[in-house]
Amino acid sequence: MAGVLKTSPAGAAARNGRRSGQGRETLVRLVLVRLAASAGVLWGAVTVTFVLLQVMPGSTADVLLARSSVGPEVRAGIIAEYGLDDPLPVQYLTYLGRIVRGELGESYVLRRPVWDEIAAQFPGTLLLVATTLLATVVASVVLGVVSANRRAWVRSLFASAESLVVALPPFWLGLLLLTVFSFTLHWFPAIGSSSPAGLVLPTAALAAGPAAVVAGVLREGLLRAMDEPFVVTARARGIGEAALRLRHVLRHALLPVTTLLGWIAGSLIGGAVIIEIVFSRQGIGRLALSAVTNKDMPMVIAVVLVTAVAFVLVTIAVDILTWVIDPRTRDAGR
Amino acid sequence: MPRSLWPWTAVLVVLAVMAAVPSLFTGIDPDAADLNALLHPPSAGHWLGTDQNGRDLYARIVYGARPSLLIGTGAVLLALAAGVVIGVAAAQLGRVADQVLSRSLDVVLSVPGLLLVFLVVAVLGPGSGTAAVGLAVVSMPGFARVARSEVIRLRSAQYVEAAHGFGWSRAQVVARHVLPNAAGPVLALATVSLGAMIVASSSLSFVGLGPRPPTAEWGAMLSDSREFLALAWWPAVFPGVAITVAVLAVTFVGQHLNRRVEGRLS
Repeated sequence: MAGVLKTSPAGAAARNGRRSGQGRETLVRLVLVRLAASAGVLWGAVTVTFVLLQVMPGSTADVLLARSSVGPEVRAGIIAEYGLDDPLPVQYLTYLGRIVRGELGESYVLRRPVWDEIAAQFPGTLLLVATTLLATVVASVVLGVVSANRRAWVRSLFASAESLVVALPPFWLGLLLLTVFSFTLHWFPAIGSSSPAGLVLPTAALAAGPAAVVAGVLREGLLRAMDEPFVVTARARGIGEAALRLRHVLRHALLPVTTLLGWIAGSLIGGAVIIEIVFSRQGIGRLALSAVTNKDMPMVIAVVLVTAVAFVLVTIAVDILTWVIDPRTRDAGR
Repeated sequence: MPRSLWPWTAVLVVLAVMAAVPSLFTGIDPDAADLNALLHPPSAGHWLGTDQNGRDLYARIVYGARPSLLIGTGAVLLALAAGVVIGVAAAQLGRVADQVLSRSLDVVLSVPGLLLVFLVVAVLGPGSGTAAVGLAVVSMPGFARVARSEVIRLRSAQYVEAAHGFGWSRAQVVARHVLPNAAGPVLALATVSLGAMIVASSSLSFVGLGPRPPTAEWGAMLSDSREFLALAWWPAVFPGVAITVAVLAVTFVGQHLNRRVEGRLS
């Protein structure tokens, strides 16, 4: 990031004086620069949606209405609200102003304000993403620690299993889990998002891929960290093997994983959409899919922008996390 | 090529032939519905059983290879072409163009992939072509970034500077020297992306945004199987096996090609 590079005098000061608490300054700067860049990116995304509404066939009012039939007064209301009779630059500013104020409009297909629908569906998706993130971390740490074995055949066994799991389409894994655990063994409900038991299979289907990837990265990191001198030192102090791995080696091995977190967040948001449909769960996924099939543009645009904001915030959080965990990244290049 | 890769290479060849000439593998019509054989389990007559309309699952998987693999492949090729053009433009057309193009790529990357595809499909309407275009839009920034950084890296290579010294035009240098040398990393990314694109395109078909029915497509077949999970496991299993085997073959062979490219560069 060029903007961060320009702060090198302050960065040098922070490098010299970090122990006296001046390192905080660079964190504030990091967050500010990231926020500014993100605001620019989101402005770009809003502009793209505006352009799309313009280039889609039919008048913009027709596009916003999709195929829903409404009275002339509703139509006149849309034209007034979006300023569709104004010249294009004014329309653009009106549109921008509406989005900045959080006015995402109304879904004329569902005949509800877009915000109400998103607010109703978001918690379900958020819950699924949260349980998946937790399951991914737990499963990958356990698998990574267990598989970081000196014997080559153990490692290659785990690596092959990970390749297989990564190649599985998540929605198919979901179907298989449903077939086995819901329809054959009857352990878990096939549909329904209300009960905690209904969350188990979607979480497993969604977490399997990221967990396999992270476990692989973690194993590499663990094996590399096991060769570090501090391992010999810790062993010399008489530390147990389990304590050595969990307390010392794992911390080092976790560093490359933090760079994967952004990727995981992105793939979870997308993956949750598909998994919600497999398991007929309430959530943003089903909302987005029905909006796309109905060409309900206000809803499609709102879902895209809301998830983009969430994604951008997660990316900034990951940057901050990296800054906190690994002091080395504070100097070079940042 | 190591011996362990031979089976996967053979799988790739078989899948390619299957996609090109499906009639070589089965004489059964994939769309022929047999109302006397609804959801029959695998048997001598129907190797992989039949679906809810009495259509032979083996024949549908064979004929499904083309749409299932073509959307992902097409998406990668589109993304590759568009990404290289944008990446080279960003690297060659000066600072302002670079800033505009690079920030535009950031905008594309700010939306989680699948929702961006949804946006494209909402604008263009569902179908195989739009699915490929949508997936190409999502993966294009990766290609553009790699192409851009490769071109910038090669700009200071001696043979490129020499060609400029001989009075070659910028376009000539790019076409004759820069592109052939930047091809390795870009093609490596393409092979890695292909597996993910095949999964993504089958996901789109699964949610009904791929080819229209009754086209036999692996993701769409899995979608059909959902309503009959309590009655029949085979329609929910075999198309998924086909996707997974295809993705594994593409991934393993692609990783091998990648390592060879890296070995040549270092």
